[in-house]
Amino acid sequence: MDHMTGKEYGKMAKAASPPSPKAVNSIKAFCIGGLICAISEGLSMLYEYLKISEEGVRALVPVTVIVITAILTATGVFDKIARHAGAGTIVPITGFANAVVSPAMEFKTEGHILGTGANMFKIAGPVIVYSSAAGVLYGIIYYLSMR
Amino acid sequence: MIVISQRQGRYTVILPSQPVITGYAAVVGKKEGEGPLADEFDKIFEDTTMGKDSWEKAESAMHREAIIRAVSSAGISFGDVDMIFAGDLLNQCIGTSFGIRDMGIPFAGLYGACSTMALSMAMAGMLTDNGVTRTAIASTSSHFCSAEKQFRMPLEYGGQCPPSAQRTATAAGAAVIRDSGAGVKISAAIIGRIQDLGITDSSNMGAAMAPAACSTIIDFLRDTGTAPDDYDMILTGDLGAVGSELLLEMMEKQENTDISRVHADCGLMLYDLDRQDVNSGASGCGCSACVVCSHILRRINSGELNKVLFVGTGALLSAVSTLQGSSIPAVAHGVLLTR
Repeated sequence: MDHMTGKEYGKMAKAASPPSPKAVNSIKAFCIGGLICAISEGLSMLYEYLKISEEGVRALVPVTVIVITAILTATGVFDKIARHAGAGTIVPITGFANAVVSPAMEFKTEGHILGTGANMFKIAGPVIVYSSAAGVLYGIIYYLSMR
Repeated sequence: MIVISQRQGRYTVILPSQPVITGYAAVVGKKEGEGPLADEFDKIFEDTTMGKDSWEKAESAMHREAIIRAVSSAGISFGDVDMIFAGDLLNQCIGTSFGIRDMGIPFAGLYGACSTMALSMAMAGMLTDNGVTRTAIASTSSHFCSAEKQFRMPLEYGGQCPPSAQRTATAAGAAVIRDSGAGVKISAAIIGRIQDLGITDSSNMGAAMAPAACSTIIDFLRDTGTAPDDYDMILTGDLGAVGSELLLEMMEKQENTDISRVHADCGLMLYDLDRQDVNSGASGCGCSACVVCSHILRRINSGELNKVLFVGTGALLSAVSTLQGSSIPAVAHGVLLTR
């Protein structure tokens, strides 16, 4: 046979590469993501029970989840859970917290400013940029449609 | 007497003086030390920081340790070494240069990605055969943590890997290659040609590298007029499960050559794939370095294997080329190790 073309080889490579186990991944993501939401709901009820104002509860719940994620990331536990959870830990605010804490830790060896400071938002940065941009866009649409 | 290397066929270089690997050593990290080859390594670092404050420094310390142990197993000192051919995966090869900076050995830094061990052995073998060096060192290293940091995501980032991904080995291997002495001989070398069949997925490097391994192996067999069964083993560097399957398939379909009876892959030997959660196997410069500079050389020395064609495979990508969506060029270099 002549030398394979890229196209032929690409097909062969695709057939040889096992796909990610989508069904199992989805179930795990659903369960763990759901569990995180349930814990957050529990926290919300706890804070309400402690007679914290509604506004206070709304701020305290995400802050608590972020702090727990930061601690789990720093102690090397979070990535082990996330290996199974996938989107289950990435989509909630846990994913955002982990995306900030993990590069902050990783680049500490390059100094506080050009290491931690410069790299802290390396992964989470795009989320901030594009969510702000989406916010502006939504604002414009809202403004125009409400006139 | 100086015997000049001879080219045989288009790409192969025969080394008539047969330079000898008189000493070698392999050091590995904790996870590699829990794998099937644990008993073969000279040292297992339970602490993968090696007591250093950064992963890059840890890799340098590990690389240094492998060289010190190889030199001592050859019964020589740094002053006896004419040149060292070495490299690693980090930018500007700092894993190597920072580890050997006070050794006072003339240093030629090499970059062949994960093929660097085969490349450095080929260079040391060819130059020793030509009398340029009497004693040379070939060594490489890789560290899971420094490689993740440079090529992928921070260590504690919670992401998932596809099943085709491979784990960069935390390991270093070094070999002392001399013009005479007792040990495994380097009888031939082949410097590979870059192959790129359009794979862009950086988490499927086995698929990117298989065509390079195929091309180098077939060039070598053709040049030397040999068949796979003339070898006890055709050992690829780090194709992993996916790449190995593709190599065998490509050999069969494109070249009409069946190497399945003699093929082995360092990437499939370092870890227990069922137990150690490493997806498609091991990769990194240190993978083939630590497997060859322990298990393989020992088996040739003991007479269990007589003729091994070791073909290191390297994916020549960078973090930048991946983001730019470029396909991955790959290369494979080979050395023929004989008893």
